[in-house]
Amino acid sequence: MSADFSCPPDPAWRSRVTALLIALIVLWPLLVASEFKPWQLFDKQSLDATGHFLRGFFPPAHSKEFLLLLLEATWQTIAIATAGLTLALLTAIPFTLLATETLSISRLESGHMRFISLLIRQTARWILVLLRSVPELVWALLLVRIFGLGPTAGVLAIALTYSGMLGKVYAEILESSDARTTQVLLRNGSGRLAALCYGVLPATAAELVSYTAFRWECAIRGSVVMGFVGAGGIGQRMDESMKMLAGDEVFTMLLVFLLLVACADFVSSFLRNRLT
Amino acid sequence: MPPPYAQHQPVIQPAILAFLLSLLGFIFASFYSLDLQWRALFSGTAIHTSADFFHGFLPPALTHAFLLKVGQATLETLAMSAVGTGIACFFGSALALPASGRLGTWARRATRLLLNLLRSIPELVWALILLIAVGLGPFAGTLALAVHTTGVLGRLMADALENLPTELEASLQVNGASPAAAFCYAALPQVLPQWMSYTLYRWENNIRAAAVLGIVGAGGLGQMLKFHLALFQMQEAATVIIATLLLIALVDSASFKLRHQFSA
Repeated sequence: MSADFSCPPDPAWRSRVTALLIALIVLWPLLVASEFKPWQLFDKQSLDATGHFLRGFFPPAHSKEFLLLLLEATWQTIAIATAGLTLALLTAIPFTLLATETLSISRLESGHMRFISLLIRQTARWILVLLRSVPELVWALLLVRIFGLGPTAGVLAIALTYSGMLGKVYAEILESSDARTTQVLLRNGSGRLAALCYGVLPATAAELVSYTAFRWECAIRGSVVMGFVGAGGIGQRMDESMKMLAGDEVFTMLLVFLLLVACADFVSSFLRNRLT
Repeated sequence: MPPPYAQHQPVIQPAILAFLLSLLGFIFASFYSLDLQWRALFSGTAIHTSADFFHGFLPPALTHAFLLKVGQATLETLAMSAVGTGIACFFGSALALPASGRLGTWARRATRLLLNLLRSIPELVWALILLIAVGLGPFAGTLALAVHTTGVLGRLMADALENLPTELEASLQVNGASPAAAFCYAALPQVLPQWMSYTLYRWENNIRAAAVLGIVGAGGLGQMLKFHLALFQMQEAATVIIATLLLIALVDSASFKLRHQFSA
């Protein structure tokens, strides 16, 4: 008896080829709509422009004034993220308290909430949804119109978007913890805040803090990007240098930006590792 | 003899206290150095200006011709995100093979470094750089999404490959299958659902990103928003914002359903 080791044809080739064809047919209008023309990358004019820009990268700008300016912009970026997240935290906490179901007293008694409690809870949730659905960049773009160019718009944009995200995730974390402790406390006449502090928080504090640290890291990235619409920090400087096609400055800023993101990543993962 | 639990610790350990104090100092320094316009923020004029500003949004522009234009921009945004994610899925899975250490340690390190670099630079910065190479329009945005997402997906896919139990593939190879066949019939079927769900998850993210990429000139809804805001056509801008929100909500629910189907 001999085994046949030659490769048998793929038994499913027919359906695979059909699926590929259908995918291509569906993809075609998308390619047209996104003006997908890869050859544009390689025509002479754009190759020249790219080459010229990239050649400008070396050597990276390193004059003393520029580095000082960059240092200031970098601090501004960090400060925008931190201040924005602090404001977001201050807004998110009351919303979390309103939105968390575990802290409902009326639900405890009858199994479902009173109408008014339900209404307040749902309203709080919808406000959170609205706050986080509008992208931070759009908030920044709108706020720059109201408060003018500068960090105020950036801080507020982060505060608005992140309060929505923090509020939602905080409520989810609180609700995912074991509800029995809270229920016992509430049933025995404890107030809601006391039930929160002694029932839910001890079990969830590490997770809450670690999520906040992660969001701080995201806020730093966000505050760089918001600089592009004029909300201050390193992003605004990068946009200016990009518009002047100053490749050497752009390159230094990219390096600083990568360093900044790596540092934020390190700090937040260090904190999270210590906590869990 | 005192019970062991009587040796109490201080309520807050000194190291934590020091950390909390420096955190407070850090936050204070941030607010202090930013020179925020608190007065402008809470003054009557600011509230008045904001009210005027948001009042200008009403009613959103709903003429037939304008809605058509918004529809077209929405389609463009959708196409940018889908094509960008598709390209990233292709290159990400191609780079995941060396990044998972299948072609040696050095290839793994080099690919991971490349993926990290692609991933650390946000889509918007890529878009700004690529605008120089390909000019204004959705193609720059598509490429920016593709480049950044390749970094993200490549890393996630490589991690998924590395976490796979190796017995199945090894047993195929021991029995005489070529490495390529062993990969296709043992490793790939196991990671494919996870790869798909990562890709869908990134697509969801990329739609949000594509909606704002236009703000730097890379096509789609963002470009329209920037354009109308620059001309102070608030009612048109309001329609664009509503379209963005609707698109994001739609994609969120679609992706949620699809992922449930894949995981079920």
